[in-house]
Amino acid sequence: MRKCSLDALDSLFAAMSGAYSVYLPVDGDGHDKHASYKKWSEGVKYSNALNTVRSAKDFFFPQSENLMEFKVDGKNIEIIDTREESEDFIVFGVRACDAKSFEVLDNVFLLPPADSYYKSRREHGVIMSMACTRPAETCFCSTFDIDAADPAGDVQCYIEDNEIYFDAKTEKGEKALETIISLTEECGSEKVDAQKEVTHERMKKLPLANLSTEKFGGDKTNTYFNSEKWKELSQSCIGCGTCTFVCPTCQCYDIKEFDTGHGVKRFRCWDSCMYSDFTLMSAGQPRLTQLERFRQRFMHKLVYYPANNDGLFSCVGCGRCVASCPISMNIVKVMKALGEEEGK
Amino acid sequence: MQTITRDMLCDKAKSLLADGSVSRVLGWKRGEFSYDVTPAVFYSAEEIDKDFVYDAFCGANFSKYLVKETKKGDGKILVFMKPCDTYSFNQLLTEHRFDREKVYVIGISCDGMSDIRIIKDIAGDGVTGAERDGDNLIVHTLYDGDKIVPYADTLPERCVNCKSKKCAAFDEFIGEECEVTSSKRFEEVEKIEAMSEDERFAFWRGELSRCIRCNACRNVCPACTCEKCVFDNPASGVQNKAISDSFEEKMFHIIRAFHVAGRCTDCGECSRVCPERIPLHLLNRKFIYDIDRFYGDYAAGAEEGSRAPLVDYTQGDIEPSQAVEGGTFNA
Amino acid sequence: MPVNEYKPKIVAFCCNWCSYAGADLAGNNRLNYPAEVKIIRVPCSCRVNPMFILRAFQRGADGVILCGCHPGDCHYISGNYYTRRRMALLFSMLNYLGIEKERTRVEWVSAAEGAKFAETMNSFVAQVAALGENKRLEDLRCKQ
Repeated sequence: MRKCSLDALDSLFAAMSGAYSVYLPVDGDGHDKHASYKKWSEGVKYSNALNTVRSAKDFFFPQSENLMEFKVDGKNIEIIDTREESEDFIVFGVRACDAKSFEVLDNVFLLPPADSYYKSRREHGVIMSMACTRPAETCFCSTFDIDAADPAGDVQCYIEDNEIYFDAKTEKGEKALETIISLTEECGSEKVDAQKEVTHERMKKLPLANLSTEKFGGDKTNTYFNSEKWKELSQSCIGCGTCTFVCPTCQCYDIKEFDTGHGVKRFRCWDSCMYSDFTLMSAGQPRLTQLERFRQRFMHKLVYYPANNDGLFSCVGCGRCVASCPISMNIVKVMKALGEEEGK
Repeated sequence: MQTITRDMLCDKAKSLLADGSVSRVLGWKRGEFSYDVTPAVFYSAEEIDKDFVYDAFCGANFSKYLVKETKKGDGKILVFMKPCDTYSFNQLLTEHRFDREKVYVIGISCDGMSDIRIIKDIAGDGVTGAERDGDNLIVHTLYDGDKIVPYADTLPERCVNCKSKKCAAFDEFIGEECEVTSSKRFEEVEKIEAMSEDERFAFWRGELSRCIRCNACRNVCPACTCEKCVFDNPASGVQNKAISDSFEEKMFHIIRAFHVAGRCTDCGECSRVCPERIPLHLLNRKFIYDIDRFYGDYAAGAEEGSRAPLVDYTQGDIEPSQAVEGGTFNA
Repeated sequence: MPVNEYKPKIVAFCCNWCSYAGADLAGNNRLNYPAEVKIIRVPCSCRVNPMFILRAFQRGADGVILCGCHPGDCHYISGNYYTRRRMALLFSMLNYLGIEKERTRVEWVSAAEGAKFAETMNSFVAQVAALGENKRLEDLRCKQ
């Protein structure tokens, strides 16, 4: 473990950005005061805000990306590979929930056949996670066995007493830390251990700490699919995609073609199961009402995904949907309502 | 102003349910914290006693739900409407979106609804609840105990610049009748207009570039009640979920604002729900501002059946070339 | 003439009954107007939906002009009155978003006004040429 004074944070970023592009959460100004990820350059200040509006999945699974292009010339069609070699980059300040979300995404994109676009970015990206010390009321990562005080990632970072601690967990992390080796000093883990203790105590007192996954899992399709509760839960859903787009684990996408007037660009973009045109086929959308779309989202997270991934839930408890749903309906309310019913 | 309490609304709802005037009640349902109330339909007095809430966070505009809810079940649905909601209600009636006979409206006076995001800006993360105490809001936090914040400081822009405290439609009214307020809601539009072209472009570029195309603004908007939106229609040629190169989101927001121009009641729901906190109401308000200037004052939804300015004309209307110069036209 | 002289791309929506005939008259009278003006014939100026204008910019137009019958002379009685209101609001909105107001114009050109059509196009092309390429409403994917 290595440490350095927080006052020298900017010089650390400067040193890292010699070899990597460094992205970090930065507080918003103007109308939007929420933090969002920005590329570091001189004068960009790190924000210790708990959650960015959008999750860190954007770095590996961007909202839209070009897959390939076609040029048509008479009867010839030329296919152009638009992939570029990704640069090495560091995502700094990733919280434990988002750090865990990469595991969920990896199961989707890296299992054969691996998604080469995603894979390339995963290989070039270094995750520097930041331990939480003041989890918010909307946080429920512990429900999914995530330790906010001990985040996953290539390098774990801790801020305590105006000092920042680094602990490399992988080879990639070690290599990234070498860029700042001269600015940091070797140290023990006592202060970090103490911080973890305090955070663990705080986690236990969070309002959503008692939320449990024990009634959910891969074998529960029949238990919940036809539940009466869905009607009530979904009745006020307005069918927007906010929850899916701010979610670090939602990974559905659509592939479309864009006619540029002189060629065709095939791109991939995020899609949302909440939309009426999701998985639209010539025969129509398989989920005709908002109830079915709503059910799909939560069944996927709590039942279908674990069924295919050794029981791993596709939710990390970051609380973004809890904070941003226009009608305040969210996975916490769904879990409580369904769990209550099953208990009967 | 007389404060509306949960008990007042519950008593009213229960008595109307009991005498059969209404078969169900559209209201707010208790959440995990005091601020995350969800719109819900209540069918019985027991459900109302258990989960019905009315507090400083019941800001959602219910009028759009009526399009869907009035088509379900027999009898009338009871709905509580704040003054600003009644404008959307009237506008939907003007557009024949639901049957007035299926609804029983209780207008309620309102002195603004808190915005949890503003409270968190002030009190920090970890807000577990908040209660109104006269002119203050007592905010409970995880780490800093209770904080007392002036209620007025927690109001979103749409309430600070409230356009009207007079209910435009109701069957019954609870509270204190108030008047249309002389709000300063166009000040921000004027401020943007006073900027240079480059500044305006930079301002909107900064705001709209955050758009994630989640469609929350569209789906919550009481003026957006098309059965199939052009942006959801694969045959339209503009269906596109991609944010790309800054064009798509500009197109989406311009077209959306234009489509509701003359019908937008300035209820502010678009800005309330935007997860990126883009001040979308400033687009709609610009149209309202221009319509007032060019074609005379017009408030969508102020009266049922009024003719929207974009489906109307006079022979002496302003020319587009004069309009972009910001001129007013006196016919 | 220098080889690389910038020539703006202009889309002109012309109503079938007046302005398109006006363009025809300009041609019959051998009046010059720049070849960069691409005319799209529409049944009435009020057929033009704001989306048409934005789509033209997206696909690479540097300026968009909309021509219709003079107010009061619409073949469909009142179509152009609606156009006038719509475009007044749309152009004002584009201006509000910081998009150059010189890139858009509405002009009333009758079937007898061949000379006005040519003049209008000449002046509009010159006006857009002075601004240069459309950057603020461009879609990078459509760039060659």
